[in-house]
Amino acid sequence: MSTPTRHYLDFERPVAEIESKLDELAKLSASHEPGVFDAEIEALRGRAERFRRDVYGRLDPWQKTQVARHPDRPHLGDYLRGLVEDFVELRGDRVFGDDQAVVGGLGRFRGTAVAVLGHEKGRDTETRLKHNFGMARPEGYRKAVRLMDLAERFGLPVLTFVDTAGAYPGVGAEERGQGEAIARSTERGLTLGTPMITTITGEGGSGGALALAGANKVLILEHSIYSVISPEAGSSILFRDRAQAAHMARSMKITAQDLIGLKIVDCIIAEPTGGAHADPAAAIAAVGDVIEDELKALSMLTAEGLRQQRAERFYAIGRSFG
Amino acid sequence: MSDPTPPKPADDPRTTAPSERPRRGSGWLSKIAPGVRSLVQRKDTPDNLWVKCPETGEMIYRADLDAAMWVTPSGHHMRIGPGLRFQYTFDAGRYDSVTAPGVREDPLGFVDQKPYPERLSAARKATGARDTVAIGFGDIHRTPAVAMVQDFAFMGGSLGMAAGEGFIKAAETALERDAPLVAFTAAGGARMQEGALSLMQMARTTLAIQQLKAARLPYVVVLTDPTTGGVTASYAMLGDVHLAEPGALIGFAGPRVIEQTIRETLPEGFQRSEYLMDHGMVDQVVNRRELPQRLGAVLSILMQGRNRKAA
Repeated sequence: MSTPTRHYLDFERPVAEIESKLDELAKLSASHEPGVFDAEIEALRGRAERFRRDVYGRLDPWQKTQVARHPDRPHLGDYLRGLVEDFVELRGDRVFGDDQAVVGGLGRFRGTAVAVLGHEKGRDTETRLKHNFGMARPEGYRKAVRLMDLAERFGLPVLTFVDTAGAYPGVGAEERGQGEAIARSTERGLTLGTPMITTITGEGGSGGALALAGANKVLILEHSIYSVISPEAGSSILFRDRAQAAHMARSMKITAQDLIGLKIVDCIIAEPTGGAHADPAAAIAAVGDVIEDELKALSMLTAEGLRQQRAERFYAIGRSFG
Repeated sequence: MSDPTPPKPADDPRTTAPSERPRRGSGWLSKIAPGVRSLVQRKDTPDNLWVKCPETGEMIYRADLDAAMWVTPSGHHMRIGPGLRFQYTFDAGRYDSVTAPGVREDPLGFVDQKPYPERLSAARKATGARDTVAIGFGDIHRTPAVAMVQDFAFMGGSLGMAAGEGFIKAAETALERDAPLVAFTAAGGARMQEGALSLMQMARTTLAIQQLKAARLPYVVVLTDPTTGGVTASYAMLGDVHLAEPGALIGFAGPRVIEQTIRETLPEGFQRSEYLMDHGMVDQVVNRRELPQRLGAVLSILMQGRNRKAA
């Protein structure tokens, strides 16, 4: 059922039109004999579905960027609710403050005790401000380091969820050592003696994403992106103009499908027709299933084996086709 | 990520330092039409006897600048490339060059305003180097050490696959020789033309540092102007000791990006070496002339401690 808050992307406009017709029909049918419009409604639903399947079957990199940033796409909070029981949020970096752009804590994932953390973008004005649109400051990365330290001491696997445009570029962030904070967080993941699995659920923006992605396995949703710089920022640097963002999205090979060929990600998680936002529950469950399998496989490895697997994984990137 | 555009030649001694690149002063053009040549190259010819201080605008006699290690009378540390850096850093300027392994070029077939291979060949022609990282092994104030130098004149020092492999090779060389690693960083950030493959170098170089840590070999970073973006968010900030040359721009986000975000002009001295020292990210700001001695002290003390512990 359509709701007034539903967001349509540009290329979804035909779907939007069909669905607004469906809404009208639904209203009309309320004042008519039951079943009068059933055939028509059914036909329209079929058309909308076919259209979605078609459009989402051949999204270009720039369209995928829009989907990855879709405001209704499941966020960290949704994954926590859907996949983690007994979640206990742990706050603060014990140095300066608590950065809600990174949310994390302890919990149980399908029975296994884990530490879980990730970027949260927020969904409305209030929560977006609270979470700083998912753009972390040093405190966010230092909290991540703290949680990974804790996980290692208690033998907990670490699950991270990446969804950020990038680290926050601000005076305070620089003053408190943004670069160092990111570097330490990346390092902590890479040196962890427990399994670490990263899922890129939306936008994997630059160093701010990598800071939570120094993992044994990096999973990515079908329409997510992972990039060294946002297409817009890349465009403004290389073209002195943000208008070439679509070109940059294509050239920088930022889609899940590009990245798996480069071995930067290990596994693509299929999304429901119309993207994760079309059926969040199904998307979240699919993510959970893959994490469960990967976690099972990684739990066979010793601490040293895990570190070695991670080192080999990252060292191999770029070498295998050289 | 900040702007990795290489500096204008006038800012960069690489184009004026004769020890760094072949002289091409007597080409065919100067023979047939000397006037034309001086017209084209008037401002930044390699033969220019005078160099402008980027800070004060003062004109400095190049021989004097050379003698002053490319530090202007006002104290401005001009950017220098690997050749001069090795010469200044290693005792008597003597060192062995270590070649970094080759990488697959243009892995993405990247085109912006120019195809990436064209940018690469232009940078190679201008610097005489294959890519931005050079590696040397020699004595730093009597302590054997590996030095890795990033050349800002080569595509803004940008961290791509070649630089990543270069850093890894430098770390491996340090392990083989049982010697410390000193990294002289200079970069606008990651090399966008290699997409996420460049991002991965932040993780790969971080792993190389772990190998040094495991072997208890010192890893010292010397931050030079400018060090920003992905380099700052990886190996530039993971040293056992961080030294910086005076006045170097050091940060994660470039000043332009921050100004666009906060819509304010940034305070004087923001993201400079001294500012980073005041904020706890840099141990010491050291003049270029004193660097070898200071590095030597740090390296020899750490190595002495290490070898005593091992004994």
